[in-house]
Amino acid sequence: MNDTSLFVILVSAILVNNFILSRFLGICPFLGVSKQVETAFGMGMAVTFVMSLASIITYLVEYLILVPLNIEYMQTIAFILVIASLVQLVEMVIQKSSPVLYQSLGVFLPLITTNCAVLGLTILNIQQEYSLIQTITHAIGAAIGFTLAIVLFAAIRERLELSHVPKVFKGFPIALITASLMSMAFLGFAGLV
Amino acid sequence: MKLNRIFTKGLVFDNPVFVQMLGMCPVLAVTNSAMNGLGMGLATTAVLLGSNTVISLIKNFIPSKIRIPSFIVVIATFVTMVGMLMRAYVPTLFAALGIFIPLIVVNCLILARAESFASKSSTIGSIVDGAGMGLGFTAALVVLGVVREWLGAGTIFGQAVMWSSFEPARFMTMPPGAFLALGLLLALFNKITSKDLNEL
Repeated sequence: MNDTSLFVILVSAILVNNFILSRFLGICPFLGVSKQVETAFGMGMAVTFVMSLASIITYLVEYLILVPLNIEYMQTIAFILVIASLVQLVEMVIQKSSPVLYQSLGVFLPLITTNCAVLGLTILNIQQEYSLIQTITHAIGAAIGFTLAIVLFAAIRERLELSHVPKVFKGFPIALITASLMSMAFLGFAGLV
Repeated sequence: MKLNRIFTKGLVFDNPVFVQMLGMCPVLAVTNSAMNGLGMGLATTAVLLGSNTVISLIKNFIPSKIRIPSFIVVIATFVTMVGMLMRAYVPTLFAALGIFIPLIVVNCLILARAESFASKSSTIGSIVDGAGMGLGFTAALVVLGVVREWLGAGTIFGQAVMWSSFEPARFMTMPPGAFLALGLLLALFNKITSKDLNEL
C-alpha cells in the first residue's frame, strides 16, 4: 500500500509530473488538437471523463479479476479492452443523452482510445499501488494537468499563427520548441512536493 | 508496388517520425540515451512485424465494423509477448523503458499501419512494410537519442566522446531537451527536403 497523501498526489499529477510536459503521455492530441483553445478544452474535458471512469474500472479489474486469478500478465490486453469499450460506451451514452455535447466532442471521443495518457494512467495507478481513493485522486490530477497543458499550449499556438516564423520552422518544429519552453517552466515546480 | 519501394518508403520518404509524426510519446520519452532509443525502436519493430503479418493473414475474416478492436487485441498480444521476452533477457533495458513497453499498444504508428496497409495488402508486402516502417522509426529514435545523449551527457552509447573538461548540458536529457531536440531536428529535416524539392 502506498501512503502518499491525497493532496500530494493531486498537486504532483497536475504540476510536478505533468502528464504531457514531464511524463510525455498524450503527445498526439497535444500536438494534433491544439490549434484552438475551444477544441483543446473540449478534448481536455473528454479525456477527464474517460480517465476518471477508466481508472476506477481498471482498478476493479486488476484487484477483483487479474490478481485473484494470477493472470497479471494479461494487464495490457485487459486494460486496453476496458478503455476501448468504455470509450465506445461513453460515445453512445453522450450521443443519446446530450446531442449538443456529442456534436462538440464528436471527433475527439474515438481518438481517446489510442491516447496513451489514459492507458499510461491506469498502469501507473497499479504500479504505484494506490488505493481506490488515491487512484481517483490521481486520475483527477492527471486530467486537470492534461487539460491545463493543452489549453495553455493552444492559446500560445493561436498567437503563433499570426507571427512571422522562419519557413523551415513553420508548423510542428516551432510547436515543439514552444512545448520545450513550457516544459522548462513546469520544471520549476519540481521542488514543490 | 515493388517490395524495395515499400521498404524505402517506410525508412525514408514516409518516415513515421520525421514525416508522419506518428507515435511521438515514446520518441520524446525514451530518447534520453541512444541505447534506450535503439531498444525501444527494435521492440516497436518486432511488434509491428508481428501485427502486420497476422493482420494481413486474417484480414478476410474480420468484419469491418469491429476491425479496430480486433487489431488492438492482436497488437496487445504481441506487446505482451515482447514485454515478457525483454523482461527475461534484457531486464535493465526493460526497467529503463518502464511504462513505455506496455504503451506500445497505443502507439498510433502500429494501428495506422494495420489500418492503412496490412488490412489491404498481401502478407509479404505487409512484412516488408512493417520492417521498413519499424526500422525508420528505430533510425529516428537512435538519431534523437544520440543527439540528446551527446549534448546532455557527453557520451554516445555510453562511450565518452567529448574532451575531459566538457561540461554536459544536463538539460538535454531532461523533458524540455526532448522537445527542443526534436523541434530542431524537424526543422533541419524540412530544410534538407525543401532544398531537394527546389533543385528538382
